[in-house]
Amino acid sequence: MVSIDVWNASVDFPIFDAKTRSLKKAVLGKVGGKIGTDSRVPIIEALHDITLSIKEGDRVGLVGHNGAGKSTLLRLLAGIYEPTRGAARTVGKVAPVFDLGVGMDPEISGYENILIRGLYLGMTRKQMQKRVDDIGEFTELGDYLSMPLRTYSTGMRVRLALGVVTSIDPEILLLDEGIGAVDASFLDKARDRLVDLVKRSGLLVFASHQDELLFELCKSAIWMDEGHIVQQGTLRDVIGSYKGKDPFANMSKEALERIGESPVLTTKSGEVP
Amino acid sequence: MQATSTQPREADEPSAPDPPPWSSRSWARARADIREGIRRRELWSHLGWQDIKQKYRRSVLGPLWITIATGAMVMGLSIIYSQLFGQELEYFIPYLTAGFIIWQFILNCVTEGAETFIANEGVMKHLPAPLTVYVLRTIWRQCLMLAHNAIIYVIIIAIFFWALNPQYYMVENPTPEDTLMPGINVQVLLAVPAFFLLLVNATWVVLLLGIVSTRFRDIPQLINSLTQLAFYLTPIVWSPDLLGKTGKGLSHFVVQFNPLYHFVNILRAPLIGQRVELLNWIVVIGFAVLGWTLALFVMRNYRARVSYWV
Repeated sequence: MVSIDVWNASVDFPIFDAKTRSLKKAVLGKVGGKIGTDSRVPIIEALHDITLSIKEGDRVGLVGHNGAGKSTLLRLLAGIYEPTRGAARTVGKVAPVFDLGVGMDPEISGYENILIRGLYLGMTRKQMQKRVDDIGEFTELGDYLSMPLRTYSTGMRVRLALGVVTSIDPEILLLDEGIGAVDASFLDKARDRLVDLVKRSGLLVFASHQDELLFELCKSAIWMDEGHIVQQGTLRDVIGSYKGKDPFANMSKEALERIGESPVLTTKSGEVP
Repeated sequence: MQATSTQPREADEPSAPDPPPWSSRSWARARADIREGIRRRELWSHLGWQDIKQKYRRSVLGPLWITIATGAMVMGLSIIYSQLFGQELEYFIPYLTAGFIIWQFILNCVTEGAETFIANEGVMKHLPAPLTVYVLRTIWRQCLMLAHNAIIYVIIIAIFFWALNPQYYMVENPTPEDTLMPGINVQVLLAVPAFFLLLVNATWVVLLLGIVSTRFRDIPQLINSLTQLAFYLTPIVWSPDLLGKTGKGLSHFVVQFNPLYHFVNILRAPLIGQRVELLNWIVVIGFAVLGWTLALFVMRNYRARVSYWV
């Protein structure tokens, strides 16, 4: 059974090279996690007392300001950071798509990058070789796959990364905001594949600032601020209180139709009108 | 819009399971990391080979440059130091070649081992993988370098095979037991367990230095500043019997108390038809046991901290 459970988890980063003189400014600043000053080494409390439980089939959006802890939370869920306090358990095959510039080697070809990424995600070389054609077709990169990755645009890199993670049947998909860089037609294709994946067996956590993307991919949401969870609930509720207005008010009719939502403002609890 | 049952639940709802007894500092997790790391052989072997290909990308000769560079170094050093120390070239070249190649392997394991996690900072923060994967990637890269350098050794031995016969003695009135250079015979097979022991040691060195250096960034600098000194303190471009003539005490101290000597000699001796001293085996095995104990302890306590430190 695929699941993510986090119990009162905190993530504190020691910052060894920060000098204390700038601390006052940082503590008073509005952006970023809280910075502790009691110890000699400054500590950034990137996540504080996070408790959540995500089950199979869930599609969760993460919203919040820059530095609210969204990416750190994704990394906690991926198992890259183990909580400094509290506990976290992730059951299932994890496929993260975080910063797209990293984890890919710009000097080697798209094919090679597909292979390496697949190996990182726990596939064997043979399994990846079988999938390369499928990925090439899905990403529409064609002959570009034999070019070094440095010749790719950001959108093309996103295509590649999404092509890999969606082809390997992952159970837990963790997406950071970067995937907004692809064009609309590819996004349609990717969305179908992602939703399909989650339906089959899995869950999705997606951090983004783009409401439309969130509504395309997610059902529920978590609002993060300064390393805390402010609100968990349905996507519409959370976005509503995060932005202070109904998220559907400004959306185009087409977009609403595509995500199967009614433009009519419903009751606060989000019942079917 | 419908209220969906798939939203994240509050922890105090009955559906949420109780937190498991959690500690990042456990032997089980350290063991699991190592086991899983070894299992992902395809990943680290591919990355290790990729590192080498990457370094020589777009050069015509490619990784063959490793062989060429070592070859040039070995020939140059052999000629200079054989003249300086009055050594006969046909013994000295194989001696220096084998020693230098092994030294390069050990040195790179230490210097690049200290950078193992620092160098992989980017990918470590973006793709989850056991720490051991990066350790084995570094080790495997060194093995591939060693394989390229071994070409030089094979060529040199083929040329000077005739010269490596028993003529070298450290004592006066030698008995057969004192034969230091029995020549290249079946004892060359001792190189296999010797190399295995070097690998076992290299792994704990990379693991331990990698973790500690990630936290204390002075350590890689410290190591780099000492490598030249270590090279000249270790009998590579000179042989211990040179010291034996002038001062037995100094020879004893510099050579026997220098662990690097034992690490070099345990593999060099069988490769050039010399007798491996029992002390070599004892020291190298002792370091393996001690080092792994220490490395496992550090692994248990600080494994989960590495991604915070990089």
